[in-house]
Amino acid sequence: MPDVTFLDANELVLNMGPQHPSTHGVLRVILKLDGEKVLGCECVIGYLHRGVEKIAENRTWMQFAPYVDRMDYVAAVSNGLGYCLAVEKLMSVEAPPRAQAVRVILTELNRITSHLLWLGTHALDIGAITPVFYCFREREEALKIFENYCGARLTTHAFRIGGLQYETYDTFEKEVLAFCDMFPAKVDEYEELLTGNRIWLGRTRGVGILTAEDCKDFGVTGPVLRASGVEWDLRKAQPYSGYEKYDFAIPTGRNGDTFDRYIVRIQEMRQSLRIIRQAVEGLPTGPIMGKVPKVMKPPVGECYVSIEAPKGELGYFVVSDNSTQPYRVRVRPPSFVNLQALDRMCRGSLIADVVAIIGTIDIVLGEVDR
Amino acid sequence: MEALLATYLKPLVMTAVIILLFPLIAGYITLAERKVLADFQVRLGLMRVGPYGFLQPIADAVKLLLKEDIVPSAADRWIFWLAPVLSTVTALTAFSVLPLGPNLQVADVNIGLLVILSLSSVGILGTILGGWASNSHYSLLGSLRSAAQMVSYEVAMGFAIVSGLMVAGTLSMQGIVKAQFDRQIWFAFSNYGLMFIPFVTYSIAAVAETNRAPFDLPEAESELVAGFHTEYSGFRWALYFLAEYANMFVVSSIAVTLFLGGWLRPFANIEALRHPLDFAFPAGLFGLIGVGCAIGMRRRTVAVDKGIMAVLAMAMLGAAAAFLVPMINAAIIGPFWFLFKVSVILYCFIWYRGTFPRFRYDQLMRVGWKYMIPIGMGALIVNGLVLLKAR
Repeated sequence: MPDVTFLDANELVLNMGPQHPSTHGVLRVILKLDGEKVLGCECVIGYLHRGVEKIAENRTWMQFAPYVDRMDYVAAVSNGLGYCLAVEKLMSVEAPPRAQAVRVILTELNRITSHLLWLGTHALDIGAITPVFYCFREREEALKIFENYCGARLTTHAFRIGGLQYETYDTFEKEVLAFCDMFPAKVDEYEELLTGNRIWLGRTRGVGILTAEDCKDFGVTGPVLRASGVEWDLRKAQPYSGYEKYDFAIPTGRNGDTFDRYIVRIQEMRQSLRIIRQAVEGLPTGPIMGKVPKVMKPPVGECYVSIEAPKGELGYFVVSDNSTQPYRVRVRPPSFVNLQALDRMCRGSLIADVVAIIGTIDIVLGEVDR
Repeated sequence: MEALLATYLKPLVMTAVIILLFPLIAGYITLAERKVLADFQVRLGLMRVGPYGFLQPIADAVKLLLKEDIVPSAADRWIFWLAPVLSTVTALTAFSVLPLGPNLQVADVNIGLLVILSLSSVGILGTILGGWASNSHYSLLGSLRSAAQMVSYEVAMGFAIVSGLMVAGTLSMQGIVKAQFDRQIWFAFSNYGLMFIPFVTYSIAAVAETNRAPFDLPEAESELVAGFHTEYSGFRWALYFLAEYANMFVVSSIAVTLFLGGWLRPFANIEALRHPLDFAFPAGLFGLIGVGCAIGMRRRTVAVDKGIMAVLAMAMLGAAAAFLVPMINAAIIGPFWFLFKVSVILYCFIWYRGTFPRFRYDQLMRVGWKYMIPIGMGALIVNGLVLLKAR
């Protein structure tokens, strides 16, 4: 696409955000418009910057763990898992099988809650005001399981370096299975409202197309990448926490448009349920904590561990100088990287599409700005 | 003296009643809208102000009246002032020709429909000027959208209305209703069912004309914040809001008058159905609502809430009883059917809003120009030919 010069007098510069109903937080997008047509857009981020990576250098390894929950607060469990895995790798410890299985159950539940929040708000952006309430109704059920497990609903801090802090509660398995039984019918309900709806199709098909090549160029990962037809899921590609034991499929799309991304995420919720069910049914017994010293001093070294968070590849690069505090923690947040593609996806579309595209990337500003 | 009363006093009183009462009615339409939406969305909706949120519209009105009046410094003050007034005045003026009942009308002018159509055209100016005068990008985009949308859907609406007029043979609102009584059929089903097409196109165009979901682009919240009225607040905003609900009521009334028999009951010519439909149905309906209010009263715990619910229950049961008295019934059954049909259409408006995502600008224009207008024209020609043959 030829570069657009912004000198034309007819263009209108519209500042969308940081206070705007559908920029999902404090994202600021500067749109260059020709009437309703978008000539280009520029993201301004940093309104939610809290210096999480710098904070890590002043906290002990253990103390920093709750902070990661505040990055992608919609998928706090995944964030926690990534950090725990990175530090565990640095210290060469592994969580025991039971801890791994519980971690899988909770992260997959978290994937569902994250996708539900995305679905509800995305539909709301496109003007369907009802699905959000249905999504929150089911999300509540999953959050209750988190609450019963660790006392928190959103920023859970569910895991500890080396395993789990808490043993599962008495009715944990029963409640999770009940959720698995209840949920598929509810997903059908969302699909009934949206998938076949002509207006929904019109608003999402062919909107914000991102080819597989584009995705690779921008480093886009997660459902956005898979919707472009690339079968890349870290749970299969580099299994962690025992994901190799479970049987599940990687849903992919073909066109890489907003509709495909919607279908991919809907399918992912169904696949997550499969994983949860397998994990609960084969939940091993045994200890929940590996051998971790009380005062953690990982040996000098560095490592990069990445997991498949609901929004894409979430990576932690941690460096240790054999002290009680990390020398450096660098996070590769999926939202931040995926957001780069916004300009490419928006050019030539209409204002209404920009809102749909911001929604379809599924960003969380806490993670973009850190 | 008699003539003086009929020509001046009755219309004046009715005008005063409509202007005084409609803001309240509009408030309660929003209450109904929020409650119905809540029902779609598995939640309770308003429950705080008054029993079951029943006093919420009054609280909202007071809040809007007491708000600080803000005019953006860059705005064009006079036009900024004029725009909401224009919207409201035209919307409320359109009430003057609505036939609420056989004798209940401010003025039965012989060009009733034309009056409404021209008023709604002028009303569009209120939206456009408001967006322009605000001097804000969001407002400007919203008003540009509404200009294009309302103008193009007015054409589609016009074709549907012309089809109706051909069948009725008159522009007078009372005349249209009477024609449906004489022809023994609602115009939505006449002409061997062919008139159903204009009815459907009218219903769709009416939603677009009033800027309601899924055609609510001029005020698309997720894109344009609040569209053309982004910079409006307090009482000025309330005027826009009043105009929107008045317009909804007016377009529903046209649909009812032109296609659904106005104040006639269903099967108005079948005498056997008179008692079940004119007496049992309204009495049963209000009776049910009254019983519902009574049950609600028992469930409330606060004494004031109980009192309000009791008054409501009594009023509803009283209304049910009133429908059983032949003399009162004769006076109020016309307005009852008219308002009942309008309510059904308003319910559909809310239903669309709860179900459909929003159209995109280009899709909206495509639907308007490529589907609605050709279909409207086609229906007009076919219905014209059928009428010609029948003559």
